[in-house]
Formats: sequence, C-alpha cells, structure tokens
Amino acid sequence: MAKRKSDRGLAEPAAGNGILSRRTLFEGAIAATASSMTAAGAAAELLPVQAYMQSPGAGFATYGQPSRFEDKVLRVIPPPPAPGLLGIGTARTPLHLLDGMITPSGLHFERSHSGIPDIDPDQHRLVIHGLVRQPLMFTLDALHRYPMQSRIAFIECAGNSGALNAPQPQPLGIAALHGLLSCSEWTGVRLATLLEEAGVDPAARWLIAEGADGASMSRSIPLAKAMDDALVCLYQNGERVRPSNGYPVRLLLPGFEGNTNVKWLRRIKVVATPTMSKDETSKYTILLKDEKAWQFVFPMEVKSLITRPAPGIALTSRGFYEISGLAWSGNGSIRQVDVSADGGQSWAPAVLQEPILPKAPVRFRAPWQWNGGPAVLQSRATDSTGMVQPTRAAFAAERGLRGIYHYNAIASWRIDEKGEATNVYA
Amino acid sequence: MSTHKRLGLIAVWFALLPSLTQAQQFGQPISPADVAPWDISIGPDGATLPPGHGTAAQGEAVYAAKCAACHGEKGTGGPADVLAGGRGSLTTGKTPSKTVGSYWPYATTLFDYVRRAMPFTAPKSMTDDEVYAVSAYILNLNGIVGIDDVLDAQSLPRVSMPNRNGFVRFPRDPG
Repeated sequence: MAKRKSDRGLAEPAAGNGILSRRTLFEGAIAATASSMTAAGAAAELLPVQAYMQSPGAGFATYGQPSRFEDKVLRVIPPPPAPGLLGIGTARTPLHLLDGMITPSGLHFERSHSGIPDIDPDQHRLVIHGLVRQPLMFTLDALHRYPMQSRIAFIECAGNSGALNAPQPQPLGIAALHGLLSCSEWTGVRLATLLEEAGVDPAARWLIAEGADGASMSRSIPLAKAMDDALVCLYQNGERVRPSNGYPVRLLLPGFEGNTNVKWLRRIKVVATPTMSKDETSKYTILLKDEKAWQFVFPMEVKSLITRPAPGIALTSRGFYEISGLAWSGNGSIRQVDVSADGGQSWAPAVLQEPILPKAPVRFRAPWQWNGGPAVLQSRATDSTGMVQPTRAAFAAERGLRGIYHYNAIASWRIDEKGEATNVYA
Repeated sequence: MSTHKRLGLIAVWFALLPSLTQAQQFGQPISPADVAPWDISIGPDGATLPPGHGTAAQGEAVYAAKCAACHGEKGTGGPADVLAGGRGSLTTGKTPSKTVGSYWPYATTLFDYVRRAMPFTAPKSMTDDEVYAVSAYILNLNGIVGIDDVLDAQSLPRVSMPNRNGFVRFPRDPG
C-alpha cells in the first residue's frame, strides 16, 4: 500500500492539516511536488559562468568569517533599561536561521548583569575555599594541567520564553521570544577533581560560585551537582571560551538554569547552607499563583520549539516543507517529539536526528504538506524521565503565569494564507 | 628471584600506581587570611559581615548621590529595579511588585549585593559604612527599620524581612 502511494508520488498523511509520515523524509515521495517547476530560458541566462569562476578567489584568513551574504544572521539585542545601562540584558540567538544542534560561538546567547569583563588570563585566579581541608588557588596554566572532558550541552537562560507568560501573545520573532537557548561543545576540568584536591568537609552541602564581572554575580549550587557532572570550562566549540560566555573560565552545570553556569569563574566557596544571593532570592525564583515562590529551581524541564517555519521566514508557495526544530531536557535525553499542524488536535512523531545526548538539544524534523490555508504548528517533547512538555493551559494551572522563569509550555506558530508565521496561543 | 617474590613486587608496584597517577595536584595552597579580601559573600547568619555601621539618616545622602538616578528618588520610578513598596502585591491575581520590602527574604542579601555590584558604574567603590547606611535607607523606605536604627554586623542579620517565609522548595527538585 505504502509502496504504491510512493510510486504515485503521494506522501502518506500522519496527522491533520498536512503532517506527513516521517517515513516521507527517507522515501523521496516529495519529489513530485518539488519537480513540478520546470526551468526555462536560454542556457547562458539560466546557468551563466560567473565572474568568480573566471578569476582566482580571495587568499587565506587567519580567522575565518561567515560569507558577506550572511550578514543578517545576527543576535537580537533588546534595548537596555536606560541609555547608560549597557551590559544589563541579553543578546539572543537567531534560532530560525540556524540548523543542526550546535550554536556557533559568535551566536551563542549572552546574558550579563554588569557587562562583559576584559580579563587577562594571566591575571585570572580561581580560588576554592570554605569548608575544605586546604584552600587552593588555580592559575589558568594550572587548570590546563588537569585531564579534561568534553560534552555537548545546552545552556538555557531561566528567563527564556518568559514573554509567553504575557496575557496576550507578543508579536515578536523567535530570537526575541526563545533565543536564550544555545548549545556548545564544552571542554574543561571536572569540578569534582578540584574539590577533591581541596578536600571537602563532610558538613558541606552547597557551594557558592562567583564571577569576576563587575556585579560579581554569584549563585548557590548543591554540592551533589558539583560532584556529579559540573565542568570548569576552558574551551567552547574547540576554541577558548568567548568573553561573553565567561572567558577565560566558566562553570557548566549541564541541564541547570543558565544563571547558575557562572561565567568568569573566580571563586568557589564550599558551605553548609545556601548563601541566599540576590540572584537566588529576588531573581530566579518563581512566584506562584498564591504568595509563595519556588526557590532553587535548577533543571530546565523538557521543552521544544519549531525553529522553521518561524516568524520572518515566510512560506513562499504551497507544497512540501520540512518542519524543523530543537528539543531538550535538563533532566535527561529526549525520547520523542510530536508535531501538529492543527493546533494540537492531532499529532505525529517527528524524526529525531542523531546524536541524541542527555542535556543537549536534539534536532527534530517532520514532513509537512502546506495546503495554502491557515495552520497552527506545534511541537511537544517527551524526555527520558517520561515528562511530557505541558500545554500552556496545563503549565498555567500548575504555577500560574506570574513566575517569569522556566517557561517550558508548548509554543505555537500560526501560519496565515500568505505563509507568514506569528506567535499565538493555541 | 622466586615467583612469590616477583608476584610480591608486582603487587607493591600496583599498590603504588594509584598514588602515582593521582599526583595531578596543581592547586596552590592559599591561607584563609589571603582569601579573606575576596570572600565577599554574606550569608543569612551574617558571619562574614565586616566591621562598620550606618543608619538610614546617614544613608539618605549616599542614596541620593549614588542610587537615585537609576532606582528613583524614593526607590521607585527609575529605569532600574523598584526597591520600595509593593507590599500586598504578591496576592493571588495581582501584578506583583517584587521589591526589597515585598519580596526579599534576607536583609543580609541587600548588603552583599550593594557592596559587590553597586553603584552600577562603580561597583565595590563604597565603604562598608556607606553600604550599611544605604542598606538602612532602603530598608527604611520599606518601613522595615527606623530612621536612626544602627545597622552593623550584629543587627543586620536580625532584621525581620516581611517575606522571610515566602519561599518553598521546588517540588521536582532532582537532588
């Protein structure tokens, strides 16, 4: 049956409003729609020999840059709260213009509380002290002497997608709405190695990690996480960590909210109880429907986003499109992603692209036949703990919509008859 | 050399091996006294609070000179975070105004943050007396301390914050 459909160039529907079976991506059944356009015109006009084929190209560069034609692939920087307050705020990743799972280092999101310090690595020191047998100081040269590990991990700001707490959907693009999510390959020394060298006191339960920025941003972190998979990172995507991401050394706490992944790491104090810093009390706590607030909400829970189609990249003609997006969980790996084109009335599973790694984004893809009419595209992720990404209604029912942080409900793009995508609640 | 002796030597060699391979110790020992200038974290017990003192009356001028431009004349109305008011705004259904008075659970956090991070253009530039005084002023704007109450290492941790019991642990904490 499927074979016969395939022969006729028809793809098998899997859910409403044009979602096709994911097998379509492997069977080439989309060829019929794609090949309907016939090239026309004189051969020389259609396939001219370009000037760059008639002369030598440019020489070599010591550090490569993207093509000059890619000059629109930029982070989005919302205005600062006041003209003088540069460095408070964010630069957000243009997720709709990227593919794969890794974010280029120059497009990794930035969040800082007092700008980006200009740190000379030779002057930088990391100190571990507090409830330890022997306080220790590390130079960058010393940190480089240890065995290193690499892992691919997402970092997501706790405030990512926070605009979706608003009562009405904000008419913003994916970078402004969801661009505080990025992924790198991070390389560094296990924090446990350094803590063991200092000798952790049995009474210790927490540590406070502090940056060398103007605000000396600091967060309390459970010792158990520090001893589990925390990494003191020196490298990002193969090169030294970018200044905006913590050069010369940052903390990586895989899966934990971005703010705890302290950049420009200068000090770790081992303690018995949380220090109650400004960023773990007045900020990064989740005010619930009643007067109580959740505190120490660390893992970014299961979430997904459709990154294409998305606002700013209109569909140009009816027919086949690949729906593509990212899914991730701070509690494990992604087990399944379902997609819908009818606002969640019907769903079909997407293809998960290898590698599928814990606490790393997974690229998912699903075939879709756009009939030219309205559609509401959604994705819904399930992680290895069995947790399913909630609807916005279920999310709001649990905690209300006053919490700002850790918004992980299903997001929706409405596609109109012109093929334009907008942020909606559905 | 007998087989037993040879096995014995091999066993000794294996016993030594872990200590050889664990010799990756590149941290430089440092005395607690040398760390002290960097240890700017103030926990709720206030154990690391520095000497010094200040009152709201003294802090008013510090606030006007160093804080008001961003935080507003009386802790409201500026482009940066609102510091005063908001009491009662956490109630169900209301739009919360999360200020030092309405939301912050510990007064020690105020001293810690002001000293390390404020003023925005010159963090760590204030004296400890100025930080005690301006902390007292912000608490006074919120009706938490009196205008002449002296804040120091002993009194600051004892300041009773209105939202002290407003926080609960996340129910799905994996730890």
